Amino acid sequence: MRKYTPKENVQKKSYYTDRYWVAPRVPREEVEAGSHFADVVKALGRKAKESYVEVGQLVVHIKATENFEVIKTLKEECGYTQCSEQSAVDYLAQDGEFELFWQLLNVNEAKRVRVVTRIKENEAIESIEPLFKSANFAEREMFDMFGIKVNNHPFLKRILMPDDWEGHPLLKTYPLHGDEFAAWYEVDKIFGKEYRDVIGPENRDPARIDRYDTKRFSRVGYEVPFGEDISGGETENPIEYSETVLVDYNKESGKQLGHRR
Amino acid sequence: MAQHQVNYASAAGLPIALTSVDKLVNWGRSNSLWPLTYGLACCAIEMMASGASRYDFDRMGTIFRASPRQADVMILAGTLSKKHSEFARRLYDQMTEPKWVISMGSCANTGGMFNTYATVQGVDRIIPVDIYLPGCAPRPETLQYALMMLQKKIRRESANMNNNTKQNLRLV
Repeated sequence: MRKYTPKENVQKKSYYTDRYWVAPRVPREEVEAGSHFADVVKALGRKAKESYVEVGQLVVHIKATENFEVIKTLKEECGYTQCSEQSAVDYLAQDGEFELFWQLLNVNEAKRVRVVTRIKENEAIESIEPLFKSANFAEREMFDMFGIKVNNHPFLKRILMPDDWEGHPLLKTYPLHGDEFAAWYEVDKIFGKEYRDVIGPENRDPARIDRYDTKRFSRVGYEVPFGEDISGGETENPIEYSETVLVDYNKESGKQLGHRR
Repeated sequence: MAQHQVNYASAAGLPIALTSVDKLVNWGRSNSLWPLTYGLACCAIEMMASGASRYDFDRMGTIFRASPRQADVMILAGTLSKKHSEFARRLYDQMTEPKWVISMGSCANTGGMFNTYATVQGVDRIIPVDIYLPGCAPRPETLQYALMMLQKKIRRESANMNNNTKQNLRLV
């Protein structure tokens, strides 16, 4: 739950202060002895550096160099036959590391395991594509979004962004509105760089109104001819409402209705 | 079988209608607008509904064509991503003159709610637009109205497209 803040006098204060909501920590439980997860941890042996249960799901921390063996063990010995998701989290600012995770599913036991590891920036990870075909696109997406290289991947190429894109958009350092390359991408690609001046920068505020643009905007009560220069100010016009459309419901009833009565 | 003898000289006159070339050509152009079958996002669903039997664009002479070579109108229906912008422009270039563009929906007009690195912030950055159609997504009636406005616009234009500058033609 979000921390409660007193609500009196809120209109005078800034509307919303906690900029980033910090998610509460999900309680971590011990792996129960004799359970299915205990067998999984036992099968992994000392490759499981740390293991606990979060929301009914086993989380195993491993060494980044052992990811292939660990996932192979999980697949072949523990029955985790599906890799439903594989991606990364950017903790570069905080720890200088990426957190990589693999989400595995055992259909027979209806159990899920998350394999978690950490790598430094500019380190690569081994592909698990030989084990799970679904990892092919997931690893390509991870490469596209974070720039994490995957060793022995059959076709490591951008999957979402264009092939000639610069930068990796899901990094925390990547601006939401894009860097200069992103802002001019379509113009550079279609027309060439010299067209930047012709087309102009992106308008990032869709509600922007140019006070002096009489081609696109018109002020009610201050209407001027199309394209007129109003930098010197414009004259006010009285607003006239049509009388034919407005119906006076308080008026006495019409002739026909009175006749019927 | 009934015999109809038409004697033009004795009746109301010869079958002649006087008009200008502009009016005749624009009458033809505006009443058989063939948009390109080109959907980008959810607005395309509304565009498809407009073409289907309930809203029935066929009755206005508007028939969707699956080839840019045979299309007059490009309806940019939906979010244009930067990755796709190159291909949208190529399709526009492949259309033969005269050609018109309807920017359908908020995303195509301004980028809409996708105020991000990956979305073109208004298709008019890469393609000249004739009609901006607001809405998220616009109803088929609205698209129909946009097409009618485009027809009005075409009827006001010179038949020689070289005389038309898009800025000088404004609606209403």
